[in-house]
Amino acid sequence: MLSGVFSLLMAGLFVTLDAVDVAFTEAAVGGGITTVLLLATISRTGETEKRNPAFPLIPLMIVISTGALLIYGTSDMPLFGDAIAPIHQHVSPLYLSEAQNKTGVPNVVTAILASYRGYDTLGEVTVIFSAGVGVLLLLGSKRRRDENAV
Amino acid sequence: MELLGHYNYWITIVLAMVGFYIVISSHNLVKKIIGLNIFQASVFLLYISMGKIIGGSAPIISEGTQVYSNPLPHVLILTAIVVGVSTTAFGLALILKIRNVYGTIEEDELQELDR
Repeated sequence: MLSGVFSLLMAGLFVTLDAVDVAFTEAAVGGGITTVLLLATISRTGETEKRNPAFPLIPLMIVISTGALLIYGTSDMPLFGDAIAPIHQHVSPLYLSEAQNKTGVPNVVTAILASYRGYDTLGEVTVIFSAGVGVLLLLGSKRRRDENAV
Repeated sequence: MELLGHYNYWITIVLAMVGFYIVISSHNLVKKIIGLNIFQASVFLLYISMGKIIGGSAPIISEGTQVYSNPLPHVLILTAIVVGVSTTAFGLALILKIRNVYGTIEEDELQELDR
């Protein structure tokens, strides 16, 4: 449940950051599919969790020191919302100016995803396929052995 | 103002550290996956917030709009979200398999059983 709420909040945040396509995907995939998968797993593995007796001091210290180091590292990063940051200088202006004429799609994100970076999407589909095959292999063999046992 | 301009990175780092803490401190494998998901969301947020331009609009070409946010991080993160879900599904399938074989998904008990 909380995972679904978290994904929904992330999706809302992406809308305010102008990433509407990402927000759609996060709401549908993150809020929908991940939550269903998590709930299915929890319902099969049992809802109770054994408490750790010791207070996790070492993880807490590792996390705090890593976080402090990372925050120190951000002091050299460009400011939030800065239009002259290096990320906006190289290929993005080209995409924004050319995408509609070259691909005929007004949504630049779609144009890049399907046209300029089509091979990325092909790789993504490959990953999904192999993950699906892996899940089927892991969970399908169990069912077959159960049938043999019966 | 100079200092507060980095607050998007700070939110990202806090979120990442929450996920990291869940991964290394909890013994339950499902909780570890949830922690990884939170960490992943922080990386998404890092990319998307770097692509934002204050005063810009969503990168859909339309009349009367001059400034658009950077579309490239959006594309990369769209791919990453879907890949993230498939890896999550694979991890959860592994957990179900571990549960079926060992009868537990607590990490310390698993190490105890393997000894």
